Amino acid sequence: METAVIVVIGADKPGIVAGISSKLAEKNVNIVDISQTVLRGIFSMIMIVDLDTGHVSIGQLREELQRRGKELGVEVLVFHGEVFKFMERI
Amino acid sequence: MNYSAEEIAEVINMLNHEDLDIRSVTLSLNTLFAVSDVPERSIEKLSSLNPALSRFSEVVELVEEKLGVRIVTKRVAVSPVQYFLEPIPEMEYAVKLGKHLDSMALKSNLDYIGGFSGYADRGVSRGVQAMLESLSEVLNSTTRLSGMLNAASTQEGLNVDAVKLFTAQLLKMSPHASSRVAIMANSPQDSPFVPSAHHGRGMPNSSINIAVSGPGVIAGAVRRAKPSSFQELYEVVKKASFKVTRLGELVGRVVSEELGVPMGSVDLSLAPSPKVGDSVAEILEVMGISRVGGHGSLAALALIMDAVKKGGSMATNLVGGLSSAFIPVSEDSIMALRMKEGHLELNDILAMSAVCNSGIDMVGVPKSEGEEKITALILDVLSLGLILNKILGVRVIPLDGKPGEEIDLGGLLGKVVIAKMKEVDSSQFTSRTGFIPTPVKRLELG
Repeated sequence: METAVIVVIGADKPGIVAGISSKLAEKNVNIVDISQTVLRGIFSMIMIVDLDTGHVSIGQLREELQRRGKELGVEVLVFHGEVFKFMERI
Repeated sequence: MNYSAEEIAEVINMLNHEDLDIRSVTLSLNTLFAVSDVPERSIEKLSSLNPALSRFSEVVELVEEKLGVRIVTKRVAVSPVQYFLEPIPEMEYAVKLGKHLDSMALKSNLDYIGGFSGYADRGVSRGVQAMLESLSEVLNSTTRLSGMLNAASTQEGLNVDAVKLFTAQLLKMSPHASSRVAIMANSPQDSPFVPSAHHGRGMPNSSINIAVSGPGVIAGAVRRAKPSSFQELYEVVKKASFKVTRLGELVGRVVSEELGVPMGSVDLSLAPSPKVGDSVAEILEVMGISRVGGHGSLAALALIMDAVKKGGSMATNLVGGLSSAFIPVSEDSIMALRMKEGHLELNDILAMSAVCNSGIDMVGVPKSEGEEKITALILDVLSLGLILNKILGVRVIPLDGKPGEEIDLGGLLGKVVIAKMKEVDSSQFTSRTGFIPTPVKRLELG
């Protein structure tokens, strides 16, 4: 499974999770894992998604999610899962 | 595979806030098939590589997009032009060849093409003579071409005649041109670093070499850990270096796979850039040397160097290049500042060369000091390389102006500060001809 890690950070408000996940659903990208917290008003969410199910390249996905992030007023980062595997696991 | 939120946050922090990126992906190419005794023929054969270079350029951009990791420069290293010039040792041809290589880089959207290089450890061959005679003209009339003269090796000795020819050319170069050429001792065959990158002997037809860059990550790790013992400090640097190098290994593997070109080496070096938070000097200062150049700088640098090598060697088994902590003065904003302030002098950098591999790199020298003094400075660095059996280089930028003045070269090159040279005449020493014989280390090698 080719995965991507999506990190979303910004000021908390309603609709961030829905905004990001609806974009993923639109592209048929499956969410494998999701964790979300709000700390002193700062919203942060980490998602692991399966790129194999989607019909979009990671570059396009990053671009679209960042555009959506801008609309929602949050920062969106998208990295390939391999980056974490290489740097954190031997 | 599951990751903890802390692990994810750590990687994101390194990539996003501590300027962890890949300094360069270098495609090393054997171009000796294009050597010919007819100039037009060799140029034509070199041109046949254009599609491969463009493809390489595209793949690097693709990998950058896929992984979400910044790749700062794309480079190509070709066989030293010395071999092209052996059958036709003419200046006119050398200039034509240099300009052609430069245009190939431009066409394929590459940041650098390395290989206007030659070896003259013991003597100057016809090809090297032509390369050296044309060096200033070629570099002054190009923007992406880089070159190197290997003038010393522990195996062969130190060729003072070649150093003198090189210095004479150096004084005729524009600042930007001289930033693209180095003189080396024990040059490696697989360096991804400009200006010394070239495709060496004993290598496969093509390979991918990676240079990482993550001084911000190391400085951040030391800052957070606040280690109280030297062992703890060492451990922090070692662990962070592992992660930095690991990213290089990943990028190398992906590019290599996408391109179908074998992976060559990962250079374990920490390389700075003029950006804030991307400085090797910052690590030394975070370690507790309040101004780089102060006593203790050498010990701190030696500690970093060794820990970087140990941490990095676990992350890749393809160690290559210069694998060290780079201290190109202008490319490191804090280094450049300390030199301007007078905390850091030429002899400090010379001393640092004994514990790292960059030598005297990206330092301005007053043009008015003349050929003999610059030659003597180069001989100092190359002798260290010769005796200590290590890779060292010199990249000085001769400038009009007084010590302390600076010139901004822009981009990765940064602000070059003019260093103060000793007011002592060494010309009687350098006026001799010939080469300095091989050191006793050579006898140990058999």
